[in-house]
Amino acid sequence: MNAPIVKIEQAGMAFDTNKGRFVALRDIDLNIHKGEFVSLIGHSGCGKSTLLNLIAGLNLPTAGVCLCNGREIAGPGPERAVVFQNHSLLPWMTCFENVYLAVERVFAAKESRSELRARTRAALEMVHMDHAMNKYPHEISGGMKQRVGIARAFSMEPQVLLMDEPFGALDALTRASLQDELMGVMAKTGATVVMVTHDVDEAVLLSDRVVMMTNGPAATIGEILEVRLDKPRDRLKLAHDSRFAAYRAAILEFLYQKQMKKAA
Amino acid sequence: MTSMSMSMTADGHVAPHAVAEAAPAAPAVAQTPEPAPAEPAGRRGEVMRGFMLRVVAAAAGIGGLLAVWLAVSTHVPELPGPGVTWQAALELFADPFYNNGPNDMGIGWNVLYSLKRVGIDFGLAAAVGIPLGFIIGRFRFFNIAAEPVVSLLRPVSPLAWLPIGLLVFKDADMAAMWVIFICSIWPMIINTAAGVRAVPQDYMNVARVLALSEWKVVTKILFPAVLPHILTGVRLAVGTAWLVIVAAEMLTGGIGIGFWVWDEWNNLKVEHIIIAIFLIGVVGLALEYALLWIARRASHGATIN
Repeated sequence: MNAPIVKIEQAGMAFDTNKGRFVALRDIDLNIHKGEFVSLIGHSGCGKSTLLNLIAGLNLPTAGVCLCNGREIAGPGPERAVVFQNHSLLPWMTCFENVYLAVERVFAAKESRSELRARTRAALEMVHMDHAMNKYPHEISGGMKQRVGIARAFSMEPQVLLMDEPFGALDALTRASLQDELMGVMAKTGATVVMVTHDVDEAVLLSDRVVMMTNGPAATIGEILEVRLDKPRDRLKLAHDSRFAAYRAAILEFLYQKQMKKAA
Repeated sequence: MTSMSMSMTADGHVAPHAVAEAAPAAPAVAQTPEPAPAEPAGRRGEVMRGFMLRVVAAAAGIGGLLAVWLAVSTHVPELPGPGVTWQAALELFADPFYNNGPNDMGIGWNVLYSLKRVGIDFGLAAAVGIPLGFIIGRFRFFNIAAEPVVSLLRPVSPLAWLPIGLLVFKDADMAAMWVIFICSIWPMIINTAAGVRAVPQDYMNVARVLALSEWKVVTKILFPAVLPHILTGVRLAVGTAWLVIVAAEMLTGGIGIGFWVWDEWNNLKVEHIIIAIFLIGVVGLALEYALLWIARRASHGATIN
């Protein structure tokens, strides 16, 4: 097996608050290989977003190390693109300009302007947003904004794509269509993805592995579930698939029996 | 999930404005249009009533002001009443742009001279204040370094700087400009810095993930995000400058509406002073509305979103 793209060794994260030191994560060991789709799932407050931020370099671990391609992650970079939960498009730029900003940053050194523009268009076409290229974010729906956010991330051809509850703010139908969209893009690009989610169905449908986190504070990885369902996956067929149901049940069991939240 | 709010406190600070981004926004699924209001006539009646209320209330306010003025002027014979002032105004505005040498120019010229002074100074203050605000807002070191200086100097009446201006520039006109410059620079610095600090973390995270150069961060993210705050600073600066110019010109002389007021006082033409008060108010109001209009145009959907 080749070396993993992302390698996390004994990573921990503590924050200094005015009530003292708060340990969010401890003893995280995780390897992510090329082409893999890994989901991080857990109850809210379990530090799954913190773990994603460690890989993104937005936070640096207070213990252990995070490596990307064998090098220590010292900060954010375009080879680890992030799709933010709230899309984070810049409101003063059109969809095209938002994606172009990313494309330009990564490829301007070796490509001409027209090539950069072609890349931007291709990224927007991939998520079927080419019709709204010249619209501003406030002129399109939440689902469409998130598509543009995904296009922006993919346009950078990152080595690993990090998604922080990318569909969390969307209604169920929009979410399903974006999941399908994402599976299509994954099949085309073979991208490596780490996604934070709190949606069990979404985790099983999209992932090769589901990383289940224990409750915080001082959360860590509880179990890792390998999802061996053939790709491409079809949500309608899987709805009647007993293996799908079994994977689903395994996650639910972890979340609601082993990691039952203490009555809030 | 907060919606845009930009409230201003009395001392000209701007509360940080948050741009709504995380809201679930409009779902992609088509929505059925809301049923048309059942009784459009009733709605229209309500709108009309609201409009009438505004007209009546505004008229009552102006009427009250005139009544007080009339009452005071009948008891104080030296103070011209609304009628006398109106006659004087008709005369004055019949030829606002006459020019009988630097000591006797029409009121129009005087207003334009004052506006020119405010415009030039305000431009200088913007050229210095906005970049300073960016630096102070962006870098912690400069923020801490600037804080005591700004806090100490901002509450000082700009007129206190006039002697320093006279001393340094050895020129009354330059000293007046210096005073306007000083008074308009604080709102620019403070609002720009507050705006830079209030840029949503989401946008800065985008900049960090893309690892944008500092130049790109400033031009593509900070400047557009801060622009509404800058325009608030501009509005406050112009407002203050227009307040101060009258006093500064009274002290330094020359041509300008403030000097004109002083001149008319020496001529004991009190009705002209009252006219000047109204004129200064109208110009100030026009400046305020013009800048509000610009600010609204510059606040791309981001702020409504």
